[in-house]
Amino acid sequence: MANPAFPRPDMPGPQPVAAAKVNADAVQSTPLLQSSGGEATDRIFRSAITACGLAVLGVLALIVYELVTSSRLSWHAFGLKFFVGSDWDPVSEQFGALPFVYGTLVSSLVALVIAVPLSIGVAVFTTEMCPKSLRGPLSFFVELLAAIPSVIYGLWAMFVLVPLLSGYVQPFLAKTLGWTGLFEGPPYGIGMLAAGIILSIMIIPIISSISREVLTVVPQHQREGVLALGATRWEMIRVGVLRNARAGIVGGIILGLGRALGETIAVTMVIGNRPEIAKSLFAPGYTMASVLANEFSEATGDVYLSALVEIGLALFLVTIIVNALAQLLVWTVTRGQPARANV
Amino acid sequence: MSEAMTNTFSQAPVTPISLRRRITDKVMTGAAVLTVLIVLAPLVAIFAYVVYRGIGAINWAFLTQTPKPVGEAGGGMANAIVGSALILGIASIVGVPFGIGAGIYLAEFGRNRFGSAIRFTADVLNGVPSIVIGIVAWSILVRERGFSALAGGLALAIMMVPTISRTTEEMLLLVPQALREAAYGLGVPRWRTTLSIVLRTATSGVITGIMLAFARIAGETAPLLFTALGNSFWNLHYNQPTAALPLQIYVYANSPYDDWHRQAWAGSLVLIVLIVSSVAAVRYVVRRGSFGTA
Repeated sequence: MANPAFPRPDMPGPQPVAAAKVNADAVQSTPLLQSSGGEATDRIFRSAITACGLAVLGVLALIVYELVTSSRLSWHAFGLKFFVGSDWDPVSEQFGALPFVYGTLVSSLVALVIAVPLSIGVAVFTTEMCPKSLRGPLSFFVELLAAIPSVIYGLWAMFVLVPLLSGYVQPFLAKTLGWTGLFEGPPYGIGMLAAGIILSIMIIPIISSISREVLTVVPQHQREGVLALGATRWEMIRVGVLRNARAGIVGGIILGLGRALGETIAVTMVIGNRPEIAKSLFAPGYTMASVLANEFSEATGDVYLSALVEIGLALFLVTIIVNALAQLLVWTVTRGQPARANV
Repeated sequence: MSEAMTNTFSQAPVTPISLRRRITDKVMTGAAVLTVLIVLAPLVAIFAYVVYRGIGAINWAFLTQTPKPVGEAGGGMANAIVGSALILGIASIVGVPFGIGAGIYLAEFGRNRFGSAIRFTADVLNGVPSIVIGIVAWSILVRERGFSALAGGLALAIMMVPTISRTTEEMLLLVPQALREAAYGLGVPRWRTTLSIVLRTATSGVITGIMLAFARIAGETAPLLFTALGNSFWNLHYNQPTAALPLQIYVYANSPYDDWHRQAWAGSLVLIVLIVSSVAAVRYVVRRGSFGTA
C-alpha cells in the first residue's frame, strides 16, 4: 500500500504528491508520546485525505467533461435527431442511434423478465426457507456468478448457449408461442434472445444479493406477528416480508437494470451486431455498448468518433440516473449501507 | 388474503388451515427451490465447461510462448498473461492508495453533507459501464499519445476506487471508538491514530475490499479495447500497446480458427483460476480476520 512512486502525469490535481507525503510520514518512527509538531502534520494529513475524497467527485466530473467535449461535434451536426434516426452509415457520415437504443432497451428488458422472478425466489429461499447452515454456501455460490468475467460468459454463450437455443429452445418457442410475433423467423441462436438470457444470468447475483440484504433487515417481529395471526409460511413471506421490503427489492432490480444496460462484451459476442429494429427476439440486434466495442478503435473521421462518444454519453447518463434512483431506494431500506453485488 | 386472515383470527385458533392455502404454501416453497436450482445450473455448467475445455487445451507452449501468426497452429498467451499483470499492477498502484484515502476520509471525517455527496458519487460511479470509462481513458491518454498499458491501467484504476473506498469506510467504522480515544488520551496525533491504530486494526477488512476490486477488474475486457489495445508480441513498457488475457480471449473467441478457440478456453481457465483464487482468498481472510462480517 505504501507506494509513493506512482506515475504522475496522468493524474488530475495535486493529490499524488499529498498521498505520497502521508505514506512517507507513516513509515517514520516517531515515539508515540511525542506530540510536538502533531498539529501541522495533522493538517497535512487531513488535506491529503480530503483530496482523496475530492478525487472521487473529480473522477465523475472528469468523465462528464471528457464525454461532453468529445461528443460536441456530433451533437451540433445531428442534435436530437441522433436518437430518432435509424441510419448508421459511417461512409456518408449519417448517424442515427435508434437501433442501438432499441437493442439496449429490449435486451435489458428480456434480461429483467427472466432474472427478476429467479432472483427474488433465490433471495426468499436463502433468507426464509433454507436451513441456516446452507445459507452461507448458497449465497457464496450465487455470488460466484458475479465473479465470472464477462468475456467468459460470452465465450460460453457462443459455444454452448447459442447451439442449445438454435437446436432446441427456439424451435420449441416458435411452435408454441410463435403467434405472438416475438418468437418467429429463422432460429440462428445468435440474436436478441441469446443476449437477454446471458444478461439475465449476469444480473441475477446483483438483484438476488440486494434483495437478500433487504429481506434480512425486515424486523423479526413482522414475521412473528403475521405467523401469530395464523398465516402459512408463504403468506407470512408475502405479507410480512416481501411487502415491507418492496422499495429495496425494486432498488435492486433497477441496479440490475443499470448493469444490464451497460454490459458490453458478452452481449457483443452473441447479439449478432446488426443495426436493425425487429419485433422478433430471434432476430439479430445491436446495443449501444456493443457498437462502441466494435467500432470505436477503428473509427476514422472526427464526426464518426464524436457520434460514438455521444452514444457513450447517452449510455452514461442513462446508467447514472438509473443507479442514483436505485441507490436512493436501497438506502431508504438499509440506511446508508452501500448496495453491492459481492461480499 | 386479509379476509382469510381475519377469519382465522375471529374463529377458534385451532381451525385447520384450508387446503387451498396449504397447497399454495407448498407450491411456492417448491417454486423457490426450483429458482435456486435454475440459478445454480448455469454456474455449474459454465465452470464445468471452462475446466473441461481449458484443461484439454492448456499446455506448456500456451504458458510460455507468444501468439503464432494467423492460421498457424500452436503458440500461446504468455505475453498476454504478463501484460495483464502489468496493467493490473498499474491499476492497483493508482487505484489502491486513492481508494483507501477516500475510505479514510469517509469514515473519519465524512460524517457530514460533503461526505454523503462523496459516498453517493462513489456508489453511482460503481455503476458506470466499464466501456464508458474506457472512452474517458481513451480521450485523456490515447487520443494524443497512442494506445498504452498506462491508459488501460488508468481505466481500471477508476473502476477500483469506488469499491475500495466503500469497503474501507465500512471496515474503519467497525473499529471501536474507544480505541481512538485511548490513542488520543496517550497524546498520539490524529494522523498517527488513524494510520497506525484504526487502519492497522481494520487491515484484513481493507484487504478484502482491495481483493474484491481486483477480482472485478481482472476480468474486464471492455475498458481495455481502446486503451491497452492488445499486442501479439512481448511488451513491458507502460507506454506501448499491451496484450491482456481477457482481450486475447475476446479476439480469439471471435476468430474462425479452431486452434484459437482452443486457446481461448485455455485462457479462460487461467483467468477463472486467478479470479476465483482471489475471491477464495478474500473468504479466507474474512473468516480469520478480526473484523470479518463483511
